[in-house]
Amino acid sequence: MDLKDKLISSFMAFENNVDVENPVHDVRMEAIKNFEEKGFPSKKEEAWKYTSLNSLQKIDFSIFPKEENTIEYKDVKRYFLHEIDTYKIVFIDGIYSSYLSETTHDGVDICLMSAALTKPMYKQVIDVYFNKVASKEESLTTLNTAFSKEGAYIYIPKNKMPKKPIEILHFATGNEAALMLQPRNLIVVEENAEVQIIERHQSLTSNEVLTNSVTEIFAAENGIVDYYKIQNDAPESSLIDNTYINQKGKSVVKVHTFSFGGKLTRNNLNFYQNGEYIDSTMKGVTILGDKQHVDHHSLVHHIEPNCESHQDYKGIYGDGSTGVFNGKIIVDKIAQKTNAFQQNNNILISDKATINTKPQLEIFADDVKCSHGCTIGQLDEDALFYLQSRGIPKKEARALLMYAFANNVLESVRIPELKIRINKLIAEKLGVNLGFDL
Amino acid sequence: MLKITDLHAQVEDKEILKGINLEVKAGEVHAIMGPNGSGKSTLASVIAGKEEFEVTEGSVALDGENLEDIAPEERAHKGIFLSFQYPVEIPGVSVTNFMKTAINESRKAKGLDDMPANEMLKMIREKSELLEIDRKFLSRSLNEGFSGGEKKRNEIFQMAMLEPKVAILDETDSGLDIDALRIVANGVNKLKSKDNAVIVITHYQRLLDYIVPDFVHVLYNGKIVKSGGKELAMELEEKGYDWLKQEAAV
Repeated sequence: MDLKDKLISSFMAFENNVDVENPVHDVRMEAIKNFEEKGFPSKKEEAWKYTSLNSLQKIDFSIFPKEENTIEYKDVKRYFLHEIDTYKIVFIDGIYSSYLSETTHDGVDICLMSAALTKPMYKQVIDVYFNKVASKEESLTTLNTAFSKEGAYIYIPKNKMPKKPIEILHFATGNEAALMLQPRNLIVVEENAEVQIIERHQSLTSNEVLTNSVTEIFAAENGIVDYYKIQNDAPESSLIDNTYINQKGKSVVKVHTFSFGGKLTRNNLNFYQNGEYIDSTMKGVTILGDKQHVDHHSLVHHIEPNCESHQDYKGIYGDGSTGVFNGKIIVDKIAQKTNAFQQNNNILISDKATINTKPQLEIFADDVKCSHGCTIGQLDEDALFYLQSRGIPKKEARALLMYAFANNVLESVRIPELKIRINKLIAEKLGVNLGFDL
Repeated sequence: MLKITDLHAQVEDKEILKGINLEVKAGEVHAIMGPNGSGKSTLASVIAGKEEFEVTEGSVALDGENLEDIAPEERAHKGIFLSFQYPVEIPGVSVTNFMKTAINESRKAKGLDDMPANEMLKMIREKSELLEIDRKFLSRSLNEGFSGGEKKRNEIFQMAMLEPKVAILDETDSGLDIDALRIVANGVNKLKSKDNAVIVITHYQRLLDYIVPDFVHVLYNGKIVKSGGKELAMELEEKGYDWLKQEAAV
């Protein structure tokens, strides 16, 4: 049985464990219908031209873990931003781990999707926001919607800000030979509210894992969201991340994506600007080796006038790794005075590495500033000579230059401890012995 | 100390240096002047070991050792320093951390342990004071957003830290206002000793008012066409290069 059939037949088993009377279930049923019709995307589709899901579909993934698993904090401590105090929403093989988590209802809700989807006190929020910005057409998103049951639920009321950043962590234990996970997150930030979130998926063994995640983010007027995605998973793990962001006037949303690991990673990052004076920022650092594959597909839809978007993606590709960057910007006719910037710079450090980069601009307004640029190159020889002439050997000099190239994106990271972590990860990935503390 | 013998060098089949002879002894300051495109910067890069340039004939030797096939970093370890005309920007690496890396790599090459942190800090403090460099400046990313003057001052700061035997200053005066020029020249003068040597590459005589050369050489069309004392620089300032071009053409 192929993966699609398995998923569809699993849906019936899934229904035994959820409240089918809940209106949310109507949404799920619509969604599974869409997925059944469309199936997994194939390379024939333009948006999937460079990323194939064929080999993943041949793997016999368990759709539900057979049992609840536990892990010790000391064994996974390094995956947390343990240098500082954080709220934590932790899942082990898709199941919430209260032992590793730290949630709150103190003025803000930082808790679970399973609670939000079932308890009456959250009904109002769910009715307004659940599945409202996520695509109802895109097959993988609808696949996630069909199985939506668990994930992070974060609600920040007007004028509030949680005392500390929130970490969302998904661990896979490897107790299943191959496991498919479908977390569903909902993040609502009301007027003048603010939140910082770090998301990470981490497999703890070499068993196959496929995560198909959907995150919906709503930022109301003057809301601020900083979202950091750390993608440094094991070589047998694949991630399809579908993130949908709906912004209202004067809100500021920044998403940083750090892609350093995993087998196949696809980021579908979609911004919808439903208001004026909105700022949307997407930044990414991708450092790959072996046969790793990362595909960044971004969309910014400028729907109203006077908004900005900034995209800055940097990639370093070694060995036989492949990268894709497809940045789509739509500026509607009424969205005058839009400022949209897009930059994608890549360095190939191996003859066998590949990058496919494509800006896609659809501009219907006439008074806008849109710029885009992509570069693919090797390291600057003059810069290399400069470092060598100071006594730094070629290998170290190369690494230091790549570090500097990637590091540039980190300026906008607002959690200092996280910035240092990422700095160190970049240095480690590039084999730079910095010889100094950051 | 540095001996250049019949040096020919080319880039992509175009010969730029066409037989240069120059001997620089410890304690000396040499100025190399010449019009644009005469090969001044190429000479500096070839001495420092830039791979883009191919040495087709002749040699560069430091303390009797031929530097042929020696990588730029090893030349640096042996005591060659080049102050760049256009220093490269390295975001994310502070001036201090860059110097720590450079010094410790050099020590590693000599079989020494890393310089102890307190010693390093003391050295950084002393040398930055010498060049009137502000503390805050040292924590900024290397050359990123630096003004022309800051970049050059930073180059001489690096020279002070690395304590080379032979320092080549490539157009260090370009882009400097008179105050920055004075600071840079003062720094170089304080670093001068009977055990090291300085080669100043410049268009103009201006810098030589501050760093007084023992010898002045005029490079034209890949060759040294005239050598003399510091009065030659004055003569060039007054008369320009044309008379030398004519002399060379004869």
